[in-house]
Amino acid sequence: MSFLNKNVSETQIRLKDRLWLYIFSYLILFLLIVPSLVVIPMSFSASQYLEFPPKEWSLRWYENYFFAWKVENGFNDWMQATWTSLKVAILTIFVATPIGTMAAYGLVNSNSRLGKILFPIFISPMMVPIILVAIGLFYFFVQFKLVGSIIGLVLGHSLVAMPLVLIIVFSALKNYDMNQEKVARSLGATRFRAFREITLPQIKFSIISASLIAFLTSFDEIIISLFVAGGDNSTITRSMFLALRDQIDPTIAAISTILIVISSGLLIIIQLIGNKENKKD
Amino acid sequence: MTIAEMEKPNERGLQKVAANERLTFFGLTLPYLLMVTALIVIPVGWLFYLSFIGRDGSLSFENYERMMKSKAYIRIFLTTFKISILTTIICAAIGYPLAYFMSQLSRKWANICMIGVLIPFWTSLLVRTYAWLVLLQKKGLLNNMAIEMGLISEPIKIVHNTTGTLIGMVHIMLPFLILPLYANMRAIDKDTLKAASSLGATPTRAFWTVFFPLSLPGLLAGLLIVFVLCLGFYVTPAILGGGRVIMAAMKISSNIELYFSWGAASALGVVLLVVTGIILFIASKLVSMDQLGNR
Amino acid sequence: MNETSLNISIREVTKKYDQFYALKDVSLEINSGEFMTLLGPSGSGKTTLLMVLAGFTNPDYGSVKFGDEEVILKPPHLRGIGMVFQNYALFPHMTVEQNVGYPQKLRGVSTAETKRSVEEALSTVKLEGLGHRGINELSGGQRQRVALARAIVFKPKILLMDEPLSALDKKLREEMQIELRQLHDTLNMTTVYVTHDQKEALTMSDRITVINDGELMQLGRPNEIYEHPNNHFIADFIGESSLLPVTVRNGKASLNGEEVTLAEGAERSGDFLLVVRPEKAFLADKKVKGSNYFVGKLIDSIFQGESQLLVVKLSSRDDGHEVRVRVPNESVTQKALPLVGENVTIGLKVADSYVVS
Repeated sequence: MSFLNKNVSETQIRLKDRLWLYIFSYLILFLLIVPSLVVIPMSFSASQYLEFPPKEWSLRWYENYFFAWKVENGFNDWMQATWTSLKVAILTIFVATPIGTMAAYGLVNSNSRLGKILFPIFISPMMVPIILVAIGLFYFFVQFKLVGSIIGLVLGHSLVAMPLVLIIVFSALKNYDMNQEKVARSLGATRFRAFREITLPQIKFSIISASLIAFLTSFDEIIISLFVAGGDNSTITRSMFLALRDQIDPTIAAISTILIVISSGLLIIIQLIGNKENKKD
Repeated sequence: MTIAEMEKPNERGLQKVAANERLTFFGLTLPYLLMVTALIVIPVGWLFYLSFIGRDGSLSFENYERMMKSKAYIRIFLTTFKISILTTIICAAIGYPLAYFMSQLSRKWANICMIGVLIPFWTSLLVRTYAWLVLLQKKGLLNNMAIEMGLISEPIKIVHNTTGTLIGMVHIMLPFLILPLYANMRAIDKDTLKAASSLGATPTRAFWTVFFPLSLPGLLAGLLIVFVLCLGFYVTPAILGGGRVIMAAMKISSNIELYFSWGAASALGVVLLVVTGIILFIASKLVSMDQLGNR
Repeated sequence: MNETSLNISIREVTKKYDQFYALKDVSLEINSGEFMTLLGPSGSGKTTLLMVLAGFTNPDYGSVKFGDEEVILKPPHLRGIGMVFQNYALFPHMTVEQNVGYPQKLRGVSTAETKRSVEEALSTVKLEGLGHRGINELSGGQRQRVALARAIVFKPKILLMDEPLSALDKKLREEMQIELRQLHDTLNMTTVYVTHDQKEALTMSDRITVINDGELMQLGRPNEIYEHPNNHFIADFIGESSLLPVTVRNGKASLNGEEVTLAEGAERSGDFLLVVRPEKAFLADKKVKGSNYFVGKLIDSIFQGESQLLVVKLSSRDDGHEVRVRVPNESVTQKALPLVGENVTIGLKVADSYVVS
């Protein structure tokens, strides 16, 4: 077993001395990924109890998700909730991405003192306990009759997505050589044109990643939705949560499977974009 | 006119140019700041105010007084802290070796392992919580396997209690600990370890005297993010706790949804915010705030 | 003045950061068509001054005129300057051709004219035929040339360069110094060049402005700056001088009590520093008239290829100063070099003996 004597670190530790770490790490990675995947076989189960592994297979839960028009407990039909979630998530991209990108550009270019003072405000949506943000928004939106509206949801979700956009675009701009913009300006470009023609093409992949992450953030958001959504505009995660808290409906396994496919797909796109941007250097 | 009284050339014009420049950049951050102000600062400030309004509508501390005297509230605080601390400790115990392992791999393999960390990170929280519910329940996979292997004769209760909540929360929080920690460990100059061993340190000693201290900022940042997120956690304990594990955020929610008691909910929220604020303040003195934002 | 260049007139430019002056009342006239180098150590304010000319740094007050036109309040894109940055700052998402053509595109120049001017600029910097390359396919030297072509393609009357050669290795840097100078002579635009490398400044410039702590220390032609430094900072910064403390009383200078004859500067009394350039000092076998002599012990002898650098510690009552002497590497003298530890006598011609404050 000669490979056990391979050096695996800078301090000449051999593989056999590190075997426990390898086994432990792979086990943890396994436990990070695999448990979520249990919903996939569950979603094809014929039983309405949570048996694992399922004894019989069927597509009834997918049917239920796509085609069942009435669900008893007073919350909305799944499809409508899905459309609401999609609408809100897409609108969140168009609110959070420009606002976050503009702020990142402003912060990178302004003196660091201002940024340091305002930094807590910029990341406050990530730092203030989200339940507090949610009830605050609820209270606020009641005054403006925004509870249960798409606008209310988009504002709430943008609030949570903005710091992520800010961080992603900010770090992209930090790695970008601002002298390029200066050169363009010295050669005759206005600041806006220099940004559009020189800077933007080089950070566009980061901005696309940021907008995909804004989409996912909105699509997965639960707590703000719990308070702000309502009436005809429940989101899919809100409906799932209410269903899970009250009773266990295997339709959720079907929806979960679809969500896993969506988020894995987006994650892969984001990773590919990241590779593309890194290769460009 | 003396020279001192004469205006310096272009002084005013240049001040105007500089002011315009500052205004442009500030203006770019303005929509962001307005959003945060309108949707967080003002509403949370309003809640802060509400927490000091008594039932008769006058200013009072009665919401806080009631909270301090109530055994139920004390228990909620204790539960919140207990779950948060336990989750943080377990995450550190599991996450540190894993982050260390990944930091020692080649870039290519580390990136592959990173996908393993990122997939659950971006998988819906609800999906993961639901998956654990399926796995841990009485007739779930775990109990079935244990019975088949003869480890237990009767299914044991591992969900709808503290154990289930902890399992779910650790699974959800682990990536938050690993990401900043791994970034920090990657940035550690490997030559420092070579230097330590060339100077005669054993690998174990080199690790504890060189690598570990250098990885502390990342560990601290990770611990903090996890702890702060745990304090305000809602979804996972609500589902996996089965109503037996009540954390602060859940109480805030039920105060409003069930009892419409804004004063009590606000007071609890303010306490949560203040505790979070204090922890973040201490942390900002220990690690640079930039790392905290590194999600 | 001709139509290819403009003179630059800088007056009272001052930039203060909190308590620290980046530029302090800087006034400087740069002639039309001149190659002017701003020379100084890092943090001296030389780059700040260049950025004021380009419009990227707003001074607190002051005036900058290109020709007769006041430009200090103009944004960078209206100043019509060509600029080359330290790290080239080429646009990686554009080809060489697109990079060089960018200023023409901004000026709305026709496609045909742009193509012609890009080709001309590329041939000026000896990069004919590389137009279709991506930036990542170029070597460091080639990138440097692209940056230069981009800055000159629209025939600006003023060219600003911020340490453009500092990223190149020594040999390439020395080649480029000569090429840049030739380019300047061909195009004849006013060039302001920032560097911390004194050799580079001496090689390329018509005139050099030495800057330190935000203030102009000396302005002059390269040989003036080298042979007649104004003060000990310049004497120390340019060349590898040894500075020896001398006292001047009643027209007589003395170093540790021994008399030193000065070529100039003995009129004022006080404490000064004698500038000993290593290449002007020599090893003396016997004392002849017309030179000053210093006795000391050889403490180090370093082979440097084209020459041998000797470090001599002067024998004196106090702790003794070190003097560096450069001996050219000629086969005849090589043998006669003293050994470390031996006592030696160093000579310095009176004509080369001058003091600075």
